[in-house]
Amino acid sequence: MHELSLIASVFDVLEEKAREHGAARVTKVVLKVGVMAGVVPDLLESAFDSYKKGTLAEEARLEIVRVPVRLRCPDCGGEMAREDTDFSCAACGSRRVEIVAGRELVVETIELET
Amino acid sequence: MSVKTISVVQDLLATNKRAAAAIREELRRRGILGVNLLSSPGSGKTTLLEALADRFRDRRRMAVIEGDIETERDADRIRAKGVPAWQITTGGACHLEARMVGKVLGQVPAEIDFLFIENVGNLVCPASYDLGEDLRLVLLSSPEGDDKPAKYPQAFLSADALVLTKSDLLPHLPFDPARAAAEALAIKPGLRVFNVSALRGEGIDALAAYLDEALERLRSVRA
Repeated sequence: MHELSLIASVFDVLEEKAREHGAARVTKVVLKVGVMAGVVPDLLESAFDSYKKGTLAEEARLEIVRVPVRLRCPDCGGEMAREDTDFSCAACGSRRVEIVAGRELVVETIELET
Repeated sequence: MSVKTISVVQDLLATNKRAAAAIREELRRRGILGVNLLSSPGSGKTTLLEALADRFRDRRRMAVIEGDIETERDADRIRAKGVPAWQITTGGACHLEARMVGKVLGQVPAEIDFLFIENVGNLVCPASYDLGEDLRLVLLSSPEGDDKPAKYPQAFLSADALVLTKSDLLPHLPFDPARAAAEALAIKPGLRVFNVSALRGEGIDALAAYLDEALERLRSVRA
């Protein structure tokens, strides 16, 4: 349940970027949220909707792009998607895989009205 | 009036990551091993720290930062063991953030060996916040059930060691420590696993030895 504090960070970014670009309003925000980021998209949306009142993003739409888990295997060089929590290489069985995607929490783009 | 889309690509945890990196650097410079303890409420984090305080007495110096939503209770228990402790009450927040730890860091004595940070009891949110520790322990107690690693993968994925606590209750419970360990290892290969009963002092030696090794490693890199 730390979605609200994450949304507070989103608004720090929005205010900074709006100032930089001389924008009066933010109309859309795109967040990339990994499926293993430990946050719930629905809760991010509710937090965004309650937080935005009275801000420069009052009318903004929040779009959440879910990022699936992708693993890279240093042993066979394979890269693959993984839907469960068994983090081993689907090709060679190696357990040394790295998680290359699926944990991100990123403000990807914002749409500004100037 | 015109509308434009700009690319931002800003990590929402960037501020926390920066604060954590500063803490990690400071602790390493002082030769202190930072250890972050994560678990559900009631898994035995404070009891484990009490057992470690007994084990390290006269041999290693430790200090503890306690995170809780309310009350000074955990810090009082640690102080009763003669160990300096600071209580951070988050007033509702479900996890500790690096800047909360950073505020206390100045009061932590320079001559300690271990700084334990007991996170708010919660197996979900604390996993996302680096506190600048060098070692992360996740605790799972036998009454919680051995099926928890796959249900809360982020906590186990982010940990260096798994401590299965309350092993004294195993005769009364369907908890299978081997199953819990196997499930956690599927998520995080290389995770070190310890079985302990802090109440009886069982398994504490092995965990203390692991912490000692990590401390020596940290100091040898620094030297």
